[in-house]
Amino acid sequence: MSDPIININNLCFHWNLQQQPVLNIKQLLIEPGQRLFIEGPSGSGKTSLLNLIGAVTVPTSGSITILGQDISRLKSSARDSFRADHIGFIFQQFNLVPYLSMVENVTLPCHFSVSRKSKAGDLREQALRLLTHLGLDNPDLHKKPVTELSVGQQQRVAAARAVIGKPEIIIADEPTSALDTDTREAFIKLLFEECSESSSTLIFVSHERSLGRLFDRHIHLPDINQANATAQAGQ
Amino acid sequence: MYLLTLASKSLANRKFTAILTIAAIALSVALLLAVERVRNDAKLSFTNTISGTDLIVGARSGSIQLLLYSVFRIGSPTNNISWESYEDIVSNPLVKWAIPISLGDSHRGFRVMGTNTDYFEHYRYAREKPLGFQSGQAFDDLYDAVIGAEVAQALGYQIGSKIVVAHGAGDVSFIDHGDKPFTVVGILERTATPVDRTVHVSLEAIEAIHIDWQSGAQIPGLKIDAETARKMNLSPKLITGFMLGLKSRISTFKLQREINEYKEEPLLAIIPGVALQELWNLMSVAERALLIISAFVIAIGLVGMLAMILSSLNERRREMAILRSAGARPSHIVGLLTSEAILLAVLGVVSGIVLFYLLLFISGPLIEDRYGLVFSVKMLSGYELTLLGIVILSAILMGLIPAYRAYRNSLNDGISIKL
Repeated sequence: MSDPIININNLCFHWNLQQQPVLNIKQLLIEPGQRLFIEGPSGSGKTSLLNLIGAVTVPTSGSITILGQDISRLKSSARDSFRADHIGFIFQQFNLVPYLSMVENVTLPCHFSVSRKSKAGDLREQALRLLTHLGLDNPDLHKKPVTELSVGQQQRVAAARAVIGKPEIIIADEPTSALDTDTREAFIKLLFEECSESSSTLIFVSHERSLGRLFDRHIHLPDINQANATAQAGQ
Repeated sequence: MYLLTLASKSLANRKFTAILTIAAIALSVALLLAVERVRNDAKLSFTNTISGTDLIVGARSGSIQLLLYSVFRIGSPTNNISWESYEDIVSNPLVKWAIPISLGDSHRGFRVMGTNTDYFEHYRYAREKPLGFQSGQAFDDLYDAVIGAEVAQALGYQIGSKIVVAHGAGDVSFIDHGDKPFTVVGILERTATPVDRTVHVSLEAIEAIHIDWQSGAQIPGLKIDAETARKMNLSPKLITGFMLGLKSRISTFKLQREINEYKEEPLLAIIPGVALQELWNLMSVAERALLIISAFVIAIGLVGMLAMILSSLNERRREMAILRSAGARPSHIVGLLTSEAILLAVLGVVSGIVLFYLLLFISGPLIEDRYGLVFSVKMLSGYELTLLGIVILSAILMGLIPAYRAYRNSLNDGISIKL
């Protein structure tokens, strides 16, 4: 077994100290290259967990180590650079910058991270390659303002942006919930291909349990998050 | 550099409001430059009009008024002075030369000035530059006229053209001296002073055309034709004023006092430089008011920009979050918004400069034609560039306000996208 890419230990997270913790996770190890599905009802702490894995916030107590780096030891500006270099994001909807073209949207992260830029090589060429791969090779599409693309097309552009420059971790936060059932699985398969191509670890969050079967590993968040359990126990 | 590209694309995406903001800044900058240029060039234009004249003498009135009508042909003289007083003062041993002037008539909107040939010899403008003829020579015959360059150009006159002098100084006059036409015998070189817009005739000619007139109207029944008038006594009795050059500058004050205390007639002698200074003092209030107004207009333009950027912030929270999720740090967000302010300000200032020069090209000749003020189409002065620098600097400082708000927002929002 190789070293985990993400290592969570005795992690506790509160939005503020007066309140009950939102997350309380004894241990969570994520292997490099894994396709992890995290599922849970709303309020189960999904967003908080993603913020921690995305190095947006730091745990109240306990530790989270990403790529061997203890995130709580980093200052917020260092976390920003860390995130820019190592993590790609896809969100639920409206992922694109409206005034940039499709290609410019894809290459956006490379302008904020030297390492992703150097890994991507020729930005435009790489962006076109990724877009072609994702079935967006029609030159007419490239001329369109991105706001006129369909939701499915927009999500594929967002996927290309997340994987450009081969970040080690891709975080996908409900990326399929705005898509039709038919296109969902196709999108996930494309995403898998891109992640293998860039050998990125995929962390995919959704409330749709049924998608979990497609992934290497499936976590039902309430199973590992003891925050609610302790809260209930305290009552 | 990439932030500047992003900022320009973001602005292009909001073309309409961006162009309005740039237009507001451009208009205010053009106004500021115009005020500044008018201020400087008007002064220069006035200062260049007269040179080498030590004293100007006229009927007692205000010194600025005397300066304005005798040199700048603005306004009208209140009263005339007698030829005897002129001869008396000119005979003073301190006096080197004298130019008598007689105003009150006009030719198609251009002032007619009666004088003698000493005028062409002694009058100096700009830096001691004498008058020169572009063609012809000084008047010799009674009905000869010498016209300024602007008169010749505007009315298309050449040597030999016949002109009729109208009574009164207005643009339109219903009574003229049609019975005694003049012939153009000389055209002066361009001086960029009111001389260009003056028709010069001899003092005797002024007498001749008014010989059958009294108190500003033709005497009924009395009509003396041009040839008969030649034979009559045409030595001037009244003139409007005169300019004096002294043998020594040191005696200026002495002679000025003597003239001001002249017993026979109430006279006023002014030193042109001193009177100009009085004029500046009078105008400095208006000047300052204009500058303050243009500063406020600039401020309004910049506040408009601030309002535009601030009001866009809320709808752009998502855009900021996307940028953040793509790796932009809060400092990049600050840079992006500051770049927008810089772009708007620089584009505004540049279009303002273009607008200003356009205005200068279009209205410059009109102003010169109407007011004799010459606006030079020259490069921006160091002072003007400094003013523009201040405008851009204030825009950047103001741009920090929305940048700071966006910074706070992006710290609060993180990378999560709120609907």
